[in-house]
Amino acid sequence: MRGARVLVGTRKGAFILTSDEKRAKWDVSGPFFAGWEIYHLKGSPVDPNRLYASQTSGWFGQIIQRSDDGGKTWFQPGFKPGEPTKTPEGMPVTESNKFVYDTSPATGKPLTTHQWYDGTQHPWEFKRVWHLEPSLNDQDTVYAGVEDAALFLTTDGGKSWHEVAGLRGHGTGPKWAPGAGGMGLHTIILDQKRKSRMYVAISAAGVFRTDDAGKTRRPINHALVSQYIPDPKAEVGHCVHRIAMHPSRPDVLFMQKHWDVMRSDDAGGNWHEVSGNLPTDFGFVIDVHAHEPNTVYVVPIKSDSEHFPPDGKLRVYRSRTGGNEWQALTKGLPQRDCYVNVLRDAMAVDTLDSCGIYFGTTGGQVYVSPDGGDSWNPIVHDLPAVLSVEVQSFD
Amino acid sequence: MLSVVEASNATMIRVVLPFHLRTLSHANPEVQLEVEGIVTVRSVLDALEARYPMLAGTIRDHVTQERRPFLRFFACGEDLSLESPDARLPEKIASGEEPLLIIGAIAGG
Repeated sequence: MRGARVLVGTRKGAFILTSDEKRAKWDVSGPFFAGWEIYHLKGSPVDPNRLYASQTSGWFGQIIQRSDDGGKTWFQPGFKPGEPTKTPEGMPVTESNKFVYDTSPATGKPLTTHQWYDGTQHPWEFKRVWHLEPSLNDQDTVYAGVEDAALFLTTDGGKSWHEVAGLRGHGTGPKWAPGAGGMGLHTIILDQKRKSRMYVAISAAGVFRTDDAGKTRRPINHALVSQYIPDPKAEVGHCVHRIAMHPSRPDVLFMQKHWDVMRSDDAGGNWHEVSGNLPTDFGFVIDVHAHEPNTVYVVPIKSDSEHFPPDGKLRVYRSRTGGNEWQALTKGLPQRDCYVNVLRDAMAVDTLDSCGIYFGTTGGQVYVSPDGGDSWNPIVHDLPAVLSVEVQSFD
Repeated sequence: MLSVVEASNATMIRVVLPFHLRTLSHANPEVQLEVEGIVTVRSVLDALEARYPMLAGTIRDHVTQERRPFLRFFACGEDLSLESPDARLPEKIASGEEPLLIIGAIAGG
């Protein structure tokens, strides 16, 4: 069936929203994992029925969940109902929620500390998985961006995870510092054309690129300017909120930084500001139209002290020129008394003929625009605060 | 002062799980575990994780094996959370007369 399946992570569980290609009527299922924080869910591009979810709790730590039937049923990898949970030797078949930082000499100098809020060094401590990025080529391979910032990888469908140590091992790790929301690796972008290339973004460190499948990394924050850090032009320390890329143009990146909307045309080698006529260039989300690589979306937020839309008006801004010239999109969105936030992983686009744009708010609304942003409708009004939104398209 | 006993053989221990760990393990609110040797928090949790391996890492840290900060252990009306995990549990726990309670702290607002 043609249509869209929207995967929503919230403060109190996961929800799955489904519709046909008109995207006018929606079925809502959930909550899954009720009461738990679901930072992110995402489906495999190889097998859309293979879903992964990051389930977390301040009480019970990290859990990874997987579905092999499009979200109807879920299990912790290695604990599928009816399958043995122990090896013949009596050992657990899985440690799917075990994320341990690599300290082996074989992968370079073990990193043990990063910069703390007061400038002192602080031990690296695993807290949760912020983002899951399934491989473009293998349904059992998934990258996980975690807090404290690091990149982990599973190649067995989530049963076990190990750190891709080249990111933290490249030298600047001791200078990374947490932002107000923690020190999380929140964005992972895989390049379909150049399979060994990957971008990751960390708050508050910046953007990093690998061209050798993660063995080595380098920061690509040249020309970023952040007035709120001691050296505004430092190699690392920038609070990058989100980056986005169109798969057909992998050298062009768009960034929503803490302040500033930025663009790079050389795979992060250089950046230039494209905030243009935005009412404020603070925000969290940024995304690119599925069929128009130069059409970009942001949701301006008033400031880093006031996390809500300017003037109480919820407006998505669209640029059809790759930045600088922005148009407010308001039809169907509340234009008075609206004081929600839109968090960094809470915008997505589908790939249907008429590109659909989706975003979720901390007020529990998930909005859809089935016409590229021209008009908006709430799919749901009253979910828990939305942490993440992903969409799967069925053409 | 709590009285304790040493179990010379395997003993059936009762453990009450918090709501979210029941759903995660598909277990009943109270589970019964066979524990070999001295009955301690560590030996009980070892038995619990052996029976329900999906709970590994949810009560104590995978690496340090330390209790997660927002969880507490109660037995016979006393908070044993700050006791050594190798301290012997009270006789009524070791005999199965009373359950060991794993409690999620009330936090937030």
